[in-house]
Amino acid sequence: MISLLRLISGRTASAPVARERLQILLAHERGLRGQPELLELLRAEILAAVSRHVVLDPEKVVVRMERGKQVSTLEVDIEVPNNFERSLAAAS
Amino acid sequence: MAKVLVVTSGKGGVGKTTSTAALGAALAQLGEKVVVVDFDVGLRNLDLVMGAERRVVFDLINVVQGVAKLSQALIRDKRLENLWLLPASQTRDKDALTEEGVGSIIADLRAKFDWILCDSPAGIERGATLAMRYADEAVIVTNPEVSSVRDSDRIIGMLDSKTVRAEKGERVAKHILITRYDSARASRGEMLSIEDILEILATPLLGIIPESQDVLRASNVGSPVTLNNAASAPARAYIDAVRRLMGETVTMMVPVERKGLMNRLLGRRAA
Repeated sequence: MISLLRLISGRTASAPVARERLQILLAHERGLRGQPELLELLRAEILAAVSRHVVLDPEKVVVRMERGKQVSTLEVDIEVPNNFERSLAAAS
Repeated sequence: MAKVLVVTSGKGGVGKTTSTAALGAALAQLGEKVVVVDFDVGLRNLDLVMGAERRVVFDLINVVQGVAKLSQALIRDKRLENLWLLPASQTRDKDALTEEGVGSIIADLRAKFDWILCDSPAGIERGATLAMRYADEAVIVTNPEVSSVRDSDRIIGMLDSKTVRAEKGERVAKHILITRYDSARASRGEMLSIEDILEILATPLLGIIPESQDVLRASNVGSPVTLNNAASAPARAYIDAVRRLMGETVTMMVPVERKGLMNRLLGRRAA
């Protein structure tokens, strides 16, 4: 009956397209959800771990996450001052 | 034990206010003591849909700021003696609401009512987060349309993380209410089906409200659709939804318009 109507009207049903687009989009958005909190947590813990050994400027620790289809990457960028040796001595 | 229920959606125009009024009235019609609270500060409309727009003196903000007592701001419905309205302010903005203020009002309302229905504003900003903040249950109003389903998904995520219950490690009971459903279009594959929506949102269904002229007719005259025409298809769907909220098992179906033979022959709708 449905296909007959479609045959007559010459239109294809759009609902399956809507469904597929939504499923793809929401899978992606749900992945992103909560990410800022996760990054903040990672940043704080990495900062704490490194700070036990090196004196760091907390502002110079950048944590980024990129989500890909197959794999995601976690990028950690820590700027260490040039007087690293002295910082190390001060920290110990 | 009082229940706080937020009626929310993320997207605007899907039927939150209409549904709050209809669900609130239906609960009161079944004997529950109900208050419907408008959280849409600056753009209040629940008063209009309930037909109480000319009786608003004090509002939610006045109570939060201590200008008025809660009992002065509550408006009793003229048709149902156990239905009350707490209107939003029309002149202030949403920043006038504070979490502590809302929390203390909700606590006071819990002592007075069986059900506290919070009509959320659209969006995901302060007004919407405060409307859901103290909820025990949530009705997520969704239209069978991609943007509405996407926004519902976002709101579900917020209900699971930004409510007091979520922060305590408890759950907010969530229900999907599908509104403006056109079964003819859905059967032709032109509209997302109920199954599609429920599968995507992974949340149980509370009810299916059919697209109907009765809804507009009810808001035109300022009466919740369950009061204005209790026999109409949308009213029956709202009443079924409320029975489910109260724990009854009611078979899920899409109520259809009952048309007289003459109307059907003439292709006319009852006015």
